Amino acid sequence: MSLVLQDVGLGVPGATVLDAVSLTLERGTLNVLLGPTLSGKTSLMRVMAGLDRPDRGCILLDGDDVTGVPVRRRSVAMVYQQFVNYPTLSVYENIASPLRIAGLPRAERDARVAEAARLLRLEPLLRRLPGQLSGGQQQRTAIARALVKRASLVLLDEPLANLDYKLREELREELPPLFARTGAILVYATTEPMEALLLGGRTSTLWEGRVTQSGPTAEVYRRPNTLEAARVFSDPPLNELDADVLPGLAPGAARLGFRAEHLSLGPPPPGRLGFEGRVSVTEITGSESFVHVDIGAETWVALLPGVVDLPPGQAVQVHVHPSQVMAFDGAGQFVPAAEQPMAEAVA
Amino acid sequence: MAQITLDGIAHAYGPRPKTDADYALRPLHLVWEQGKAYALLGPSGCGKTTLLNIISGLVQPTVGRLLFDGRDVTALPTERRNIAQVFQFPVIYDTMTVAGNLAFPLRNRGMGAAEVSAQVRKTASMLGLLDVLERPARNLSADAKQKISLGRGLVRQDVAAVLFDEPLTVIDPGLKWELRSKLKAVHRALDLLMIYVTHDQTEALTFADQVVVMNGGQVLQVGTPAELFDRPDHTFVGHFIGSPGMNLLPATVAGAEARVDGYTLALAGQYAAPAGRVQVGVRPDFAELAAEGLPVQVDRIDDLGRVRLARVRLGRHPLVARVAANAAIQGTEARLRIEPSRIHVYSDDRLMAPL
Amino acid sequence: MKPRDDRAWLLVLPVFAVVLFSAVLPLMTVVNYSVQDSFGNNQFFWNGMGWFRELLDPTSELGGRFLAALGRNLVFSAVILAIEVPLGILVALCMPRGGWQLAVTMVVMALPLLVPWNVVGTIWQVFARADIGLFGAAVNGLGIDYNYAGNATAAWFTVIVMDVWHWTSLVALLCYAGLRAIPDAYYQAARIDGAGRWAVFRNIELPKLKRVLVIGVLLRFIDSFMIYTEPFVVTGGGPGNSTTFLSIDLVKLALGQFDLGKAAAMSLVYNLMTLLVCWVFFTAMTQLDAAREPTP
Repeated sequence: MSLVLQDVGLGVPGATVLDAVSLTLERGTLNVLLGPTLSGKTSLMRVMAGLDRPDRGCILLDGDDVTGVPVRRRSVAMVYQQFVNYPTLSVYENIASPLRIAGLPRAERDARVAEAARLLRLEPLLRRLPGQLSGGQQQRTAIARALVKRASLVLLDEPLANLDYKLREELREELPPLFARTGAILVYATTEPMEALLLGGRTSTLWEGRVTQSGPTAEVYRRPNTLEAARVFSDPPLNELDADVLPGLAPGAARLGFRAEHLSLGPPPPGRLGFEGRVSVTEITGSESFVHVDIGAETWVALLPGVVDLPPGQAVQVHVHPSQVMAFDGAGQFVPAAEQPMAEAVA
Repeated sequence: MAQITLDGIAHAYGPRPKTDADYALRPLHLVWEQGKAYALLGPSGCGKTTLLNIISGLVQPTVGRLLFDGRDVTALPTERRNIAQVFQFPVIYDTMTVAGNLAFPLRNRGMGAAEVSAQVRKTASMLGLLDVLERPARNLSADAKQKISLGRGLVRQDVAAVLFDEPLTVIDPGLKWELRSKLKAVHRALDLLMIYVTHDQTEALTFADQVVVMNGGQVLQVGTPAELFDRPDHTFVGHFIGSPGMNLLPATVAGAEARVDGYTLALAGQYAAPAGRVQVGVRPDFAELAAEGLPVQVDRIDDLGRVRLARVRLGRHPLVARVAANAAIQGTEARLRIEPSRIHVYSDDRLMAPL
Repeated sequence: MKPRDDRAWLLVLPVFAVVLFSAVLPLMTVVNYSVQDSFGNNQFFWNGMGWFRELLDPTSELGGRFLAALGRNLVFSAVILAIEVPLGILVALCMPRGGWQLAVTMVVMALPLLVPWNVVGTIWQVFARADIGLFGAAVNGLGIDYNYAGNATAAWFTVIVMDVWHWTSLVALLCYAGLRAIPDAYYQAARIDGAGRWAVFRNIELPKLKRVLVIGVLLRFIDSFMIYTEPFVVTGGGPGNSTTFLSIDLVKLALGQFDLGKAAAMSLVYNLMTLLVCWVFFTAMTQLDAAREPTP
């Protein structure tokens, strides 16, 4: 079973919300939509769910065109950023509500709720009301309700955004194995690169209503094929520079980028690209340090292990290995490296 | 310009508190120095927001005194405390321009027009708002609005302290970096006391000189980011700081050895036989899958781009370890190497010092 | 697989029928009357646009009468809006924020809204009487000559006070709901910024109340523009014609004088004016919405 979006477009007066989105989502996979606020994640999910009808393109479910089919005729479950539960119903009744609507016999209903409650560690809370739960427990209830339905499409729209950092960390760890068990098509929207990496699966990066890249998460992270995909999938932000700073690069390259963890401090050893700049800010987390360095008009971030405390304004040398530097052309498309172009540049 | 002293401050929301559990904030003594940046870090309901509200004057503490530069301000209303505050959701005056927003606190205090305009320009240039000064504030992005909120505090020269209440909640990850370094730069330039409340350890650790870790209305540890990372005083601090948090394993400790489910770990120092519940703690950053070491079962390896983390089991106990970049893990068997100096011993959740 | 079923039209049919009989047919009858003249006995003569021309010509008897009544309506609406809106905001600002006090205030404020309109008229007719009415007698007791049946100013005063008594609660409750929707952080920020009470009202509360105020003004304007029952019960449009509003005049014309043609023309123009005002408000409101930033 699969959900295929072909050339889907959606607009509101004066703006394009989705621009020629084509995606294939397979059953049993976790698909992350990664992009900043207003990049079109929620709109795309609404189109997938059948809440909105696209202006252009079509949506195929197992080969059937379902473009105009309203949401209640589809097998869809959705979890939102806000904790959406029925406030007057107990946790049990909240989870059981889609099963009641479907008219399942009591024994079957009890069994499914019990299973979902066990997986999401809600068993001791089944008789409570949502108002008596913590944020994490409320969102677990909403997720349980989505899973218990055994819908063929489960959409999660930034489900952890309103939770405490540590709770987020716990749920990120718990969710992937749980999702794997459902066998549904799972779509998970997030703004955070780290969340996409922790969830694994496949990732599609979104930028201004376009899907800039789609593929296995680690693969998209390591080999972004557009500048936008690289930017969206970098936290700390991508370190960038104009290609004309370094002569002799891949032909057509206009902009270069590399990630913070690949930038090192000190005089450049042979074979690495060296730059000189000034420290603007140092942020120390205890385990690692983020040193922000002004290089001309650009600000780069170096992610260094341990505590590196440098005063602002200090002149520093930084370096990066040429193999870590990605080149993009004027249109933002990835340009594959020619034979050792960077090494020549260094020389 | 001020030093803030919390002298036995405690707060209970209900009347007549009796047990510890009735207190949203248990009695605490802290001194916050002028010019430093502090973070209050803890999960929801740990008392950090209550503490912030006590400082801003929104909440009157049940007991204790609040001193600004030695002067008792416990009973003073917010507007007479000379503090600035940035809230979780940007607060801007919709009907005004950016300049109007920045001038508002000065006009309210009856400052002359020329002086107001000079102060506004100075603050706007520091925050990078000069280009949008004449734009209506309501049409700007969330990060610009947060800068305006901050600017309304900084524009006053009498500000004693700037309080932040989870100010980056509604900011996109990419822009968080820019706003955070802006905060840092402002702090450096103005030499102000800043207090930052958050549940996000990255924000707390990167922002603050000193982080106050709270849980259940109690302060568990105050320290620099490096101290909290290297030597957590309490198992909660170990768990809460670091991503993922510290591995905590039930153990028995005798001399310079700890035994975990039958396996022996060498410790860096000698320990007196600890009382109560004993755990050893080691951060994932210092537990690495290697060619030799303790035998562990590998459950799963997560590729996080710049590191790989292995979820393993030592005997019955799960823990997280790093996987070296060049290491190839075959099957489910692996070896775990832990540096003895990085293992801490906890008795009833409190850190034990070696003899 | 696109769902399409023409039987769905059957479900809409009853609504069409109801609208047809309750609105379209009566309106068409009125249109029919407005272009004809009648001398009784169900005899009608074609008059074309004659009534409309007369109605809109201020020098004619009908036109002068219409213009005077329209003027009274506009003055009345302007006066009650000028009183009820600020008073409603003031009341909303003074309302308790919670607890039993709030419950009591809500009940007291809801009371006038629950009273049927003709009863409101009757209450004030008695209450304001110079001889036996508590209010009327008290005012006269202060040495002020007050008699709404004989004095135009007193009649206007009574009608306005009555409307303010009846409807200020509505504006106040709307504003109260609007005020409650303002997050606490705004008030905190204003205190920190050293804003006084007026500055808080001017820069936070009033801008955030804009939307509910537009709705409140719209409701009160349309309602007061169509006012009939209360002044009819209290003053009957008098003394003289001093409180004869459009609706009262319309009834006089149609049922008193049985000038069906003139009355029909007048009611159509009256109707069009109401629609125009609704359209203006609707446009204003949608533009206000468009000016608001999208909330994430």
